[in-house]
Amino acid sequence: MAKKGARTTEMADYEVHVPLQAVLLADSFAQKFRPITLERPKMLLPLVNVPMIDYTLEWLASAGVEECFVFCCAHANQITSHLNKSPWMSQPDFTVSIIESHDCVSAGDALRVIEQRGVVRGDFVLVSGDTVSNMSLTEVLKEHQERRKKDKLAVMTMVVKKSKPSPLTYQTRLGNDELLLMIDPQSKQLLHYDAVREPGSRDSLQGNSIQRHVSLDRSIFHDRPVVQLSNNLQDCHIDICSPEVLLLFTDNFDYQQLRRDFVKGLLSDEIMGNKIFTYEISNEYAARVDNLRAYDVVSQDIIHRWTYPMVPDILCAGPKASMRLERCNVYKEGGVILARTAMIGENTVLGEDTTVGDNSSIQQSVIGRGCTIGKNVVIEGCHIWDDVRIEDYVQLRYSVVCDGATVKKGAILEPGVVLSFRVVIGSEFRVPAYSKISMVPQPTEEDSSDEELEYADVASGRADSPRSPFTEDQSTRNGSISGDEDDTAEGPNWDPIEVGETGAGYRWAVRDGGQEEEWRHSVAPIPPEKIQEIVAANREHDVEEVDYDIRALGGQDSLEEEEDEDEEEEDDFEKEVAETFLRAARGVSGVQQEHVVIEVNSLKLAFNKTFADCAGAMFKAIIDLALEAPHPTAKELLSITKDVFSRWGSLLCKFLKGSDDEHEVLLTFEEICIESHKEFAPLFSQVLHMLYDIEVVSEDAIIAWASEKQYADESDKVFLKQSEKFIQWLKEAPEEEDEDEEDDT
Amino acid sequence: MNFQVVVLAGGLSKTMYPLVSKDVPKALLPVGNRPLLSYVLELVEASNIKDIIVVVSGDDAALCVGNWVTEAFHDRLRVEVSGVSEDLDTAEALRAVSHLLTADDFLVVSGDLVCDVPVGAVAAAHRRQGALVTALLWPHPSTPNSETASGDKTKQPTTFDIIGLNSTHQQLLYVSTGMQSARDFQVRSSLLRAVGQMEIRTDLVDAHLYAFNRLLVQGVLESRPGQKSIKHDLVPYLVRSQLGLGVSSTIVGSPLEDRVENVNHLLDAEAFGKNRLQVAHSGLKCSTYIASKDRYCSRVNSLQAYLDVNRDLAGPEAIHLTGYTVSTQNNVIHETSEMGWKSTVGPYCMLGDGSTLGERCSIKRSVVGRHCRIGSNVKIINSVVMNYVTVEDGSLIQNSIICSNVILQERSMLKDCQVGPGYVVGPRMEIKGEALAKKEKL
Repeated sequence: MAKKGARTTEMADYEVHVPLQAVLLADSFAQKFRPITLERPKMLLPLVNVPMIDYTLEWLASAGVEECFVFCCAHANQITSHLNKSPWMSQPDFTVSIIESHDCVSAGDALRVIEQRGVVRGDFVLVSGDTVSNMSLTEVLKEHQERRKKDKLAVMTMVVKKSKPSPLTYQTRLGNDELLLMIDPQSKQLLHYDAVREPGSRDSLQGNSIQRHVSLDRSIFHDRPVVQLSNNLQDCHIDICSPEVLLLFTDNFDYQQLRRDFVKGLLSDEIMGNKIFTYEISNEYAARVDNLRAYDVVSQDIIHRWTYPMVPDILCAGPKASMRLERCNVYKEGGVILARTAMIGENTVLGEDTTVGDNSSIQQSVIGRGCTIGKNVVIEGCHIWDDVRIEDYVQLRYSVVCDGATVKKGAILEPGVVLSFRVVIGSEFRVPAYSKISMVPQPTEEDSSDEELEYADVASGRADSPRSPFTEDQSTRNGSISGDEDDTAEGPNWDPIEVGETGAGYRWAVRDGGQEEEWRHSVAPIPPEKIQEIVAANREHDVEEVDYDIRALGGQDSLEEEEDEDEEEEDDFEKEVAETFLRAARGVSGVQQEHVVIEVNSLKLAFNKTFADCAGAMFKAIIDLALEAPHPTAKELLSITKDVFSRWGSLLCKFLKGSDDEHEVLLTFEEICIESHKEFAPLFSQVLHMLYDIEVVSEDAIIAWASEKQYADESDKVFLKQSEKFIQWLKEAPEEEDEDEEDDT
Repeated sequence: MNFQVVVLAGGLSKTMYPLVSKDVPKALLPVGNRPLLSYVLELVEASNIKDIIVVVSGDDAALCVGNWVTEAFHDRLRVEVSGVSEDLDTAEALRAVSHLLTADDFLVVSGDLVCDVPVGAVAAAHRRQGALVTALLWPHPSTPNSETASGDKTKQPTTFDIIGLNSTHQQLLYVSTGMQSARDFQVRSSLLRAVGQMEIRTDLVDAHLYAFNRLLVQGVLESRPGQKSIKHDLVPYLVRSQLGLGVSSTIVGSPLEDRVENVNHLLDAEAFGKNRLQVAHSGLKCSTYIASKDRYCSRVNSLQAYLDVNRDLAGPEAIHLTGYTVSTQNNVIHETSEMGWKSTVGPYCMLGDGSTLGERCSIKRSVVGRHCRIGSNVKIINSVVMNYVTVEDGSLIQNSIICSNVILQERSMLKDCQVGPGYVVGPRMEIKGEALAKKEKL
């Protein structure tokens, strides 16, 4: 990269020979598919009866990628053995190499490992193993490379697709959160990337914490007159990267996630000036199976053949049996036995050797291979994997049932249930909505507050049960799953409340804060009451917004806003000073006067204030302290005030650097008397006198104040009149008398 | 077309000091040797709209403008000149003449607009989209980039508008009349959710030509007395109101007239805030008409703009607006003017009727009005000289505006000056960058 200029063409010639490479991350570094992913990696989960990773590899191979590096971490051996068995390892123009690492906790770590291996030689496609797409890479690669020739800083091109989030739930149909992108419409450069509700952050879990306003920096207009702001684009998580991307990950060892850290980091870093561009696809399909809702939606898209040629009848064309597409998107593999009275609704897939009993009805569902479905069963919107046994009179709605699970006679699964591998649901048992049941007990320490730690959880989960990987081998069925605290190895002492009589499995508790979110990412459709809730919340929100508008309309918007801001700052500053002072006044562990002085001085710098401001704030704080004590009569208040000032007056004096500051104190006091604490109003002249006595305010300051007030409105002169005598005396009294007076008090 | 036009002609504008005077309000300032207001009136006339209300602030000024209009547009247009109090802002002035409006839609045009964008097209776009308001936007000639680089920005720091449009460029979604370019700006996320995509542009300038829906605007003006300016209050308010989240099925789908009636009815209701959401869903929206780049459009709203527009009108960009025939030397010299020996008038200049030039004069990139008497060896560069001005021998005028009846005595030198009407510049004075005006007798 160092040599450029005259040799560019030569270089270009040379670069042509670099094969197109892809990095496929076969670990999502997330736990949205738990508990299923404790036993099998997400990339091997069947999506319409085909492991997800096969969709991705198929697409990469068909899109002209020549070398693919599969990075595995969790359950690496399962992925390796899957790939070794699959035809991918023996393709003529498509080599798949596996990179294994066991200490990665994030995509960032994975990319750092790949960088170390030094296998990536040119531009590469970075995808995750759960991507389903049929887009052609030719165009986007061409754009990326042409841009790179002109601008070496264009390190990445992101693929986006239009998909508007629902105005109610602010999530896309794939269950992702609303995404705010700012793009330069001419160059397609990405200027801003913001997932409005960040999946990791705690406070985002409350439904109503949605951002009202999008704040944007005006400086973006320095370089371009037009930007495009959109929230109807969906990130396909397909990136064309230059080799620099890997270097950037190595340089910034704290980058963990691709989007939250890397993309945002790059966009906010103005020094390096690296740029990210976008490429919008419209007629092609690209989606990432990020959560269970996306799993359901993508499944249906595949069945509806949006992903052609990634459709069941082509992908499942094995040597043994081939899948047939019938009317209404019903797919049947060989060996399917249907009872005559069984009803198969539209958009359904039936795997090899599956039998369906009398009067059962199946709709909008995917049934795996070797399943046995009894009589009078109702299955709607479910994903049932291989070798599942469903007995008579069972009702399943919008659930995921993993390999080897059994649902006994008459049981009912409510929407959103996930049954992991080999779980048994007892007969006549009703599984509540959104339950997750697994043979593996829930890991005890759930510090899942941070997504970065998730992999660590997975790892520890693995450590708990060292015999995993569970294979489909039936011998491990009900095998010795040694939970740590639960002695469950013996078998059938499962809690009947969780899985019913004769059931088997642990019901996972919903993680804290997760309950609210369960419905967002579940395969079940959003329940109507949730929608109503959101609508109600939005109403409120609207009303507030109207208020906001009306407020903003009150004349000169801008000016008022600014004033507000100033005032707010003022309040903050005064509050801080008051708190600092009170800490000292209440004698909180060793806070001394000097400390207060230091702290207030630092506040002064932090808020960019003057000594006069400090003095005013300090004065207010002292007055507040005086008011804290009970003061039934004005006289008592005066004496309390005197006490307080005799103690803290000297502190106040530290901020009085000149008569201007003293003047400010007087004005503050006046303000207090008029506005906040009217009980001081009658005492004005006495307190003034006292302030003079303890040398907080000087003669000059008082006289300056008086002369300034001379020309004020009558209403403003109340206090001037009250202290007229005192001022008169000040003006006339010779120095010595001053001294006398001081002695008196 | 059932349209009325309200022309906000201003009065004795402070920004145009010292050019305006009691006898010559802003609307009658000569631009390209024609009164400023004539450009707007002819623009409207060209679109075959004949009902015009000219709003002038100040009764004296209104009288002047009224006299001129009756003289110039007699038998051509139905013009009503209406004087309003002097300290009213644009929306307030509109409120003052609101009772004169009867047509379904009306246009509001700033009286200082000089442009050749067909008003009829704006009105038609407004009707076609059934809009609340249609604003005329035109692409800024220079990109903001070069603007920041040159000193242009210091001259007009406040005209940095941010305008949000939908993807087809027909709907106006967001208006922020930028105060400080450094500050962040905020976009309501509900707006973004409703539209999905918004293009935010800084290269468009609001030309102060709007088409409004009468009933709605009358309602808003009535119920919201706090609205002062059309650009800063009324239009942003309508833009904000067009998209709410509440749905009112009763209003959607009914014919436009009913909807407007409903809207108006809602506006009268006490709980205005809540009903506003319903207004939003009445299907009325704020739209835009973006002028194509080759159109000329400019406003005479500052002294600099006055000089610029004069120069543009004499030059190739906008000479067609004046209706003069251009000579082979690319300038307009009236046949009754006289030029002395070896005097030259360069290209892109105007010389009004009856003006005389002495010997060895040179006029470059300037507009000289009617009946000016210019002595010998006078140089006028990049300036505007109005009518009945006397310039004595050897004077030099550069980048200045000289108002009517001014006398420049011999060998006076003016650079970057504005000289008010009737002022006398003494001999051999050298003045730079000053505004000179006769002291008004109180």
